[in-house]
Amino acid sequence: MDLIAQNLSYKPEQEFHLNDVSFSMKKGQLYTILGRTLAGKTTLLKTIAGLLTPQQGTLTLDGQDFATVPVWQRNIAMVYQQFINYPHLSVFENVAFPLRQRKMDNTIINTKVMSALQNVGLMGFEDRKIQALSGGQQQRVALARSLAKEAGILLLDEPLVNLDYKLREQLREEFRNIFSSQVSSDSILIYSSTDPVEAMQLGGDIIVMDEARVLQQGTAKEVFENPATIRVAQIANDPAMNMMQGDIAEGKIRVNDSISLAVPPHFSSLSSGRYTFGVRAADVSVAAKGIPFNVELAEISGSETYLHVQNGGQTLIGLLDMVKDFAAGDKVNIGLDAAKLYAFDESGRLAASPFGGGK
Amino acid sequence: MTFVYRTLKYGFIAFWSMFVVAPFLWALSTSFKDFNSVTGGATYIPWVDFEPSLEGWKVLVRSPAQGGINIIEPYFNSIFVTCMASLISIILGTLAAYALSRFTFKAGFIKNNDITFFFISQRIMPPVVLSIPFFIMLGFLGLLDSMVGLILVYIVLLMPIAVWIMVDFFNKVPREIDETALIDGCNPYQAFFKVVLPNSIPGLIVAGLFCMIFGWTDFFFAFILTFTEVQLLPVAIVALNSSITPWWSLSASALVSVAPLIIVAFLVERYLSKGNLSGALK
Repeated sequence: MDLIAQNLSYKPEQEFHLNDVSFSMKKGQLYTILGRTLAGKTTLLKTIAGLLTPQQGTLTLDGQDFATVPVWQRNIAMVYQQFINYPHLSVFENVAFPLRQRKMDNTIINTKVMSALQNVGLMGFEDRKIQALSGGQQQRVALARSLAKEAGILLLDEPLVNLDYKLREQLREEFRNIFSSQVSSDSILIYSSTDPVEAMQLGGDIIVMDEARVLQQGTAKEVFENPATIRVAQIANDPAMNMMQGDIAEGKIRVNDSISLAVPPHFSSLSSGRYTFGVRAADVSVAAKGIPFNVELAEISGSETYLHVQNGGQTLIGLLDMVKDFAAGDKVNIGLDAAKLYAFDESGRLAASPFGGGK
Repeated sequence: MTFVYRTLKYGFIAFWSMFVVAPFLWALSTSFKDFNSVTGGATYIPWVDFEPSLEGWKVLVRSPAQGGINIIEPYFNSIFVTCMASLISIILGTLAAYALSRFTFKAGFIKNNDITFFFISQRIMPPVVLSIPFFIMLGFLGLLDSMVGLILVYIVLLMPIAVWIMVDFFNKVPREIDETALIDGCNPYQAFFKVVLPNSIPGLIVAGLFCMIFGWTDFFFAFILTFTEVQLLPVAIVALNSSITPWWSLSASALVSVAPLIIVAFLVERYLSKGNLSGALK
């Protein structure tokens, strides 16, 4: 009894917005669609909502055809990245709108609206005008409206992206609590995000999308540990995973004349040949006995430093757990832990991972 | 600095106000004059400068047999025709504009923007070009010299304005609002009437105001398409012209004919000046 999509394709003009997308979603679970801008996340959510009709493929809910059900008869709710509310209605009426549409009893509406407003921390705001609220509050109203509906499918399209950093952190925390406490086991929760950190924090399953395709579906742990392709490894890490073209030959990993490492145990099954090696920025460190690199840029971010280094055309980004002054052109020795390396074959698929994934 | 700025600002506002208000005051003053007061040089204040007379106003209500023009019937005709034509134009124009803003139409190379332009292109033609076709069509339908005929012609003239203003307005209303309404259980008609329309009141008022101004001030078609049965105010006023120009009754009729628009402008000013014209939706 799930939401199942098979081979959905949507191509309004020349380009695919959805290209052969398939997935299955179970009730009572949270799914995060992770992908960069224009990956097709919003299109997918709108297709599930029924606002867009795919040209190909099927969408079924509980075994019933879902694609032909008109939007207004689907039991869904959606929160947009823009703060979309009804400007002509008060906060209370905004939240009550979908319930009134269902012709519910006034006393029931009252209870449901009040409890939804309490859940999002907007008690006492019910008579306010939408325009009198801040962006974060407006987004809470939108969330309250979607919660009060108790919809079967709750779609959240990058709901935090237009908020400032502090508020985003705080709301994300609240979202997680609301999701776990308020959303019933009959509902499917679909959240889209460009931020891998957000996707990992929310937990649940992650569906990685890129260029209108689904690249990988799995738990946050699976996607983090064993990204299926190079593209997934780049999308699901922030900063993107470093990639190095190189060869395995004679028990050595060789990227260029100076970058060369011993083959780690988890690569033992790999045959000699050409590979792309991936290493997370957090696994790039400054080490006395490391490989010499030139510093190109050092960005300080909070208590961390993003170090961009280069050696013979190979660039790496390291995430150093300290604030340190480097100037462009400085020489620095970089330690690469072979045990943390990923290997992708020539078609871009995962060949070996430090967590045991791959072939 | 601020003193100079403020003096300049209020000086300019005072100058501009004079520019706008003076003709009205002049017309008001003239409407109470008689032949001698008008021809005897510039005079401004009644009782001080000249002896006021109600003759100019009386002409407007006197029957033609008594040398007047009796604008009462034409006045109500004009109000009725303008209101009906504006109302129908707004209703049809708003629906058309919503469709043009939200749905994609395509017939060969013709797309939404072309259709919108076709509406406006009605207004590009000089009215003279339309007069003969309209005359022939209304004649064929037996609607010459009738209110219904005038209303139909005015709808042709006014609806493009409504469409143009409302397309622009709806394009600024985020589509996501309609989509949210659909998601919240509204069918497309409910989404339009329950959500989009209530948020479009400022646009409707602007469009309505424009329609009323254009409809109310039209002389050309009212003159061409009516004879004796139905007379509209602008045509009736023209009958005042005679060998001696009656400045006093012309002034009175000018004031009377501007009055409804001023009243409407005051009534809707609240909606226009609140600043929620574009800021209602963000």
